[in-house]
Amino acid sequence: MTPPMRSFADFSTEAGDADSDGGGGTLVFSGPMVVSGLGKIDRRLRELEGPIKTIDLGQIESIDTVGAWTAWRTAREHDAKIVNCSPQVERLIEAVSKAEGGGAIRPTRAKFLERVPEATGLLVTGWLSGIKGVIAFLGAVVVAFGAVIRHPRRFRTKALIHQFELVGVSSLPIIGLMSFLIGIVVAQQGAVQLRQFGAEIYTINLTGRLSLRELGVLMTAIMVAGRSGSAFAAQIGTMKLTEEVDAMRTIGVSPIEALVIPRILAAVLMMPLLGFYSSVMAIIGGAAIAALTLGIPFFTFLARIQEVVPIHDLWVCLVKAPVFGLIVAVSGCYQGMQVKGNSEEVGLRTTMAVVQAIFMVIVLDAFFAVFFTNIGWA
Amino acid sequence: MSEMPASDVDELPPEALDIDVTAFTGEFPIRVEGLRNAFGDQVIHDGLSLEVRKGEIIGVVGGSGAGKSVLMRSIIGLQTPEAGQIEVLGRSITDAEDDDDIDIRARWGVLFQGGALFSTLTVAENVEVPLKQFYPELGPELMHEIARYKVVLSGLPEDATAKYPSELSGGMKKRAGLARALALDPELLFLDEPTAGLDPIGAAAFDDLIVELQSTLGLTVFLITHDLDTLHEICDRVAVIADKKVIAVGTIEELVALDHPWIQEYFNGPRGRAAKETKDRLDDSRVKAGAKAVDGVAVDLDQGLDSPSRPGA
Repeated sequence: MTPPMRSFADFSTEAGDADSDGGGGTLVFSGPMVVSGLGKIDRRLRELEGPIKTIDLGQIESIDTVGAWTAWRTAREHDAKIVNCSPQVERLIEAVSKAEGGGAIRPTRAKFLERVPEATGLLVTGWLSGIKGVIAFLGAVVVAFGAVIRHPRRFRTKALIHQFELVGVSSLPIIGLMSFLIGIVVAQQGAVQLRQFGAEIYTINLTGRLSLRELGVLMTAIMVAGRSGSAFAAQIGTMKLTEEVDAMRTIGVSPIEALVIPRILAAVLMMPLLGFYSSVMAIIGGAAIAALTLGIPFFTFLARIQEVVPIHDLWVCLVKAPVFGLIVAVSGCYQGMQVKGNSEEVGLRTTMAVVQAIFMVIVLDAFFAVFFTNIGWA
Repeated sequence: MSEMPASDVDELPPEALDIDVTAFTGEFPIRVEGLRNAFGDQVIHDGLSLEVRKGEIIGVVGGSGAGKSVLMRSIIGLQTPEAGQIEVLGRSITDAEDDDDIDIRARWGVLFQGGALFSTLTVAENVEVPLKQFYPELGPELMHEIARYKVVLSGLPEDATAKYPSELSGGMKKRAGLARALALDPELLFLDEPTAGLDPIGAAAFDDLIVELQSTLGLTVFLITHDLDTLHEICDRVAVIADKKVIAVGTIEELVALDHPWIQEYFNGPRGRAAKETKDRLDDSRVKAGAKAVDGVAVDLDQGLDSPSRPGA
């Protein structure tokens, strides 16, 4: 179906009669003076050269507030008089002329030279207050922990178990698949390099130790940051926007106790389990590819793991995991609690939560690597 | 556009869109027939029918959860009903594909309960959104001017234009939402509880504003409200939703004459009576004060406006 052609308003000018109206011209509008019919007339009207003494609305088909505004503004610019209009149109014009507003469309921006130092300053103070905010948040969490320990009945077991499920159980498939594939990649690429020395058998050492010490827990932390850290920030942020968090406070429920502690505990307790599970899956992936391409039987691979991977590699994994979980959960919850204003901020804070968490996890992982080597867990 | 200076060519506004803007000439801009809505097992509407006359302000009342907002959402195409026919401005909403009822959207304005302003845009930019969507050819300058006067027309202070929704109070958000709903000078205006949460002075001003707009522009207004003063003051007819249907449509006098317990309770309860007394008192004083203004009212009627005459309008 093709809609009927839209018709547009137009205008014409007539030179004035020098005797009767003092030489001023007449502007005659015609057609539909409505928002859908004005088209590009506005630009032509703005460039119109005077003098215009009268504006004739006698030939228009219809008019709405936008048309009335256009006529009235043109009349004011040229100091002209509007003629030939019905009382209804007069009322419309009166209504819009009374409603004229001079407000800005958006807040004014400062000049470039002022904006740059201002933005720099804001960035620095933002950083400082951000650090203060994180410390204050950590303090609030510790205080809330203390309160929960003193009043164990206030502890939200149901919320914690729900978070266990969200953070832990429901991420098993994706973390398992990811780790399995990473195990395959590490074993396969390692074997290619080690074959040059005839040391293919060391693929087992490489896969086993790398998975347990580094890859398993690191990849898990990144996955949990993307899955759960972002969800923490978005959930809490949305609850801030809808004033649910404020409602909790007024009822006497501490949002830190109700929202933050279950999430932090869930992440801290689930991360070691997930990290270990991830390492196991990576080793299975490595064993699978070794059986297929290197001719090392699957169970031989697993048996060799016991011999070549020292037990302290497992401790490294299990020490790092809860720390990473803490970082992911704290940054997610902290960013969520910082949301105020509009929905855009929820997205912004969620992104920040994930980026911060992953960055901090990797930085800390480097420290851990040096630390554990120095204490002899090489 | 030969008269434009060459330097402006880059900034030429886009071409006018190919949309149907012919004004509706029929009798009933909104027709609902045999509407059935259900969420799971919970049936909201069953066999609901309603016809809204052109140029009237129809108030829709009903108990909480009776399905007033769902009815509005069905009419504007946000809720796909299970059965029934809905026609708006002569076009079927229920049979429409996702993209072919778009022209109608240029001809209605909707005010949601909470204002539903776009939170990342300023008030003025919010008002400009429908203008940019449907009439990009108008150009930025005119759009800014339109946004400014619509904001003031809706009863906001003029410096509210540059504010973000998060900086506005609940009542101001409603007014800004109204400014956006009115951006295109629509033929049809849907208002979901426009005066809920406003102070009585603000609510009365809102009522006056809607009547003023309705009578100058000949709008048809679909108004969901619980505000009995609003019902008495500005509604030409009132539709009552109960038992999953529209059980009655008519003027308040006609409704009160009906022998339905809910309607009786609604209009003859303590609040209903108080609202009626206020209305009668106002009418008396207007009749006295209005003797001089009769000329103005008469002129309006001569212009063949669709709106029925009412005191004070």
